[in-house]
Amino acid sequence: MNSAAQMATTMDLASARESRLEGIRSFGRYTRRNPALGVGIFLLLALLLFVIIGHLTVDTSQYRPLSVRPLQPPSWELPFGSDKQGRNLYAVMVLGTPLTLRIGLLAGVIGLAIGTILAFISGYYGGIPDAIIRLVVDVGLTIPGLLVLIIIAMRVRGGLTVDQMALVVGLLAWLYPTRTIRSQVLTMKQRGYVQIARLSGMSNPEVIVKELLPNLLPYLGASLVGSVSAAILASIGLEVLGLGPFESPTLGMTIYWVNYNAAIINGWYWWWVPPILVIAILFIGLFTIAVGMDEVANPRVRDKV
Amino acid sequence: MQLSYVAKRIGMFFLVIWLAATINFFLPRLGGQDPIRQQMIAQAALGGSVQTGLEEMIDIYNTKFGLDQPLWKQYLNYLGDMSRLDFNYSISSYPQKVIDIIVRALPWTLILLTTTTLISWVLGTLLGAFMGWPRAPRWLSVLVPPLLSLNAIPFFLLGLILIYLFSFRFKFFPLFGGYTAGTFPSASWTFFKDALWHSVLPAFSIILVSLGGWALGMRAMMVTTRGEDYVTYADAKGLKGRTIFADYAIRNALLPQATALALVLGQLVAGAVLVEVVFSYPGIGNVLFQGIQSGDFFLVQGIIFILILSIGLATLILDLIYPLLDPRITYKRG
Repeated sequence: MNSAAQMATTMDLASARESRLEGIRSFGRYTRRNPALGVGIFLLLALLLFVIIGHLTVDTSQYRPLSVRPLQPPSWELPFGSDKQGRNLYAVMVLGTPLTLRIGLLAGVIGLAIGTILAFISGYYGGIPDAIIRLVVDVGLTIPGLLVLIIIAMRVRGGLTVDQMALVVGLLAWLYPTRTIRSQVLTMKQRGYVQIARLSGMSNPEVIVKELLPNLLPYLGASLVGSVSAAILASIGLEVLGLGPFESPTLGMTIYWVNYNAAIINGWYWWWVPPILVIAILFIGLFTIAVGMDEVANPRVRDKV
Repeated sequence: MQLSYVAKRIGMFFLVIWLAATINFFLPRLGGQDPIRQQMIAQAALGGSVQTGLEEMIDIYNTKFGLDQPLWKQYLNYLGDMSRLDFNYSISSYPQKVIDIIVRALPWTLILLTTTTLISWVLGTLLGAFMGWPRAPRWLSVLVPPLLSLNAIPFFLLGLILIYLFSFRFKFFPLFGGYTAGTFPSASWTFFKDALWHSVLPAFSIILVSLGGWALGMRAMMVTTRGEDYVTYADAKGLKGRTIFADYAIRNALLPQATALALVLGQLVAGAVLVEVVFSYPGIGNVLFQGIQSGDFFLVQGIIFILILSIGLATLILDLIYPLLDPRITYKRG
C-alpha cells in the first residue's frame, strides 16, 4: 500500500496508467487460460455495478414498507415495481444485494479465521489437540449447520439483526475450513523448506507465520470464497424459514416475503424475478471464482479438468 | 481391523446423536432463562388456541422436567427423554405429541429424499462417466456450463422457477402441496398417483441441481482414472474400448463417488427442508416451517433431533457398506 502510493507519486501519471493497463491486460491473458475465474469476477463486478448505479438512481429509503403504492408492476418511476407492503423493489434490491454479501463476507471471514487457527493447531502441532479437533470436526460436519442455526435463531427475542446473523452463521462456519486447511498444513509440513526452517532454529510460530502462511495464501483465498458462499447459503436458508432480520431488505428476506405472499402463483413476476436472478448470479459467480481459484492454488488440477 | 472399524463408526454415530441432544438442551438455555415457562407465557400472550391447555401443560412440564432439580439432573432426564424419542407435546397443536406429528410427516420427506438422491446420483454418475471419456460424443461437453450453473444455486431457488414455469405458466403440475386438497392420505392407487404427480416438481428441483455435482465429480475422477497405468495396460492388451470403459475406468472411479454421498447427506437434508417449504410439501421441512412460524419450540427441537438422527443413521449405514465396495477403507487410519 505504502510503496504503491510512493510509486504513484514518483512515477509520472502517464506511465502509471500504462502499467495499470498492462496489469489489466496480463490479467485478461490469464483469464483466457482460466476462464472460470474471469467469468466469476465478471458476474460479481456486474452485481457491484448494479448496486453502484442503483445507489445513484434511487431513493434507498424506499426499501421500507408503505413508501410507494403497493403491487405496482414495473414502470418508468418504479423500474422493479413494488411489493404488497409498498416497498420500492428497486431500492430493496439495491440495498439487499450488499447486505446479503455483507453477511456472507463477515461470516466467511469469521469461519475461515477460526478454521485456520484450529487447522494449524491440529495439523502442525498434532497430538491430543489434533485428536480432539478432528473428532469435533468429524462429528460436527455430520450435523447440518442450518439446523443448529434454527435453534439459536428461535431463541433470540425480536429476531436477529444482520450482523448478529452473520456472527451466528460465522461461529458455525469453521468446521469445513478446519478440515481442508488441516490436510494442506499436513502435507506442507513435510516439504523441504519447512524442514530446513525448523532445523535452522526457527521457532514454531515463526515457521507458521513466515513459511507456511504465505504459501497457503492462495489456498486460503479459495477457501474464503467457499466459506462466503456457504455462509450466504445458510443465511438465506434461515431467512426463507422466517428467522432472518425482518427489518432488513436482504435477498433472503425478499424471498421470504415472496413465499409468504405467494407472489409466484399470483403472477407478481416483478417481485420474485430480481431476487432469484441476483441470488443465482451471486452463487454462480462465487462458485466459478472458487473453481478458478482452485486452479491458482492447486495447479495440478489444470490437467485434470 | 474390520471390527475396530465397525466399532468406531458406531461410536461416531452415538457421538452425533449425543451432540444433537446436547445442542438441543443447552443452546436454548444459554440465555440463562427457563425456556419452557418463558415459551409458554409468550405463547399465551399471543392468545388463541393455546389458552385452554396452558396451565395443564405447565404442570406437566414442571413435574416432568423437575425444574427445581439441578441442571445436570435435568440434563440426564432430557437425554433419557431423547433416547425414548419423547419430545413432549406440541405447543401449537396441543394435545398432540411432537413425535406423532413427526411420524406423520417423515415418510413424505424420506421417500422424496431417497428417490431423488438415488436418481440424481445414478444419472449424474453415468453422465459424468461419459463426459470424462475421450470417445464420448462431443455434444456432452456443451452440458458442462449449464450443469455447473445449476449446481451452484440452492434447490429451492430452482423450485421457485419450476413452480412459475410448469405450475403457473403452463399448468402442467399442481401449484403446491403433496396431494389434492380435500383428499385424505390412504393406501389407494388413486392417492398414490395423485401424490406422485404432486412430487414431480419438488423432485426435479432437487435432481436437476444435484445432478451437476455428481456428473462433474465423476468426470474429474474418470479423467484421473484414464491416466492410470492399468488402463493403459488394458488398452495395450487390446481389450475392447467398452470393456475398459465399464470394467476398468467406471468401476474404479465409482468409489470416491460413493464416499462423497455420505459427505453431502447433511446438505441434502437442509436443502430438501427448504424445497418442502416453497412447495408446501407435507414433509418434515414444512412442519418445521410451521413450527417456526407458530413459535412451537418443542416441535422444532423434536424435528431437528429426528433429522440429525436420520442423517447419522444414513451415514452409519453408508459407512458400513463402503468396506464391501472397497476393502481398503477399513485399513486406512483416521
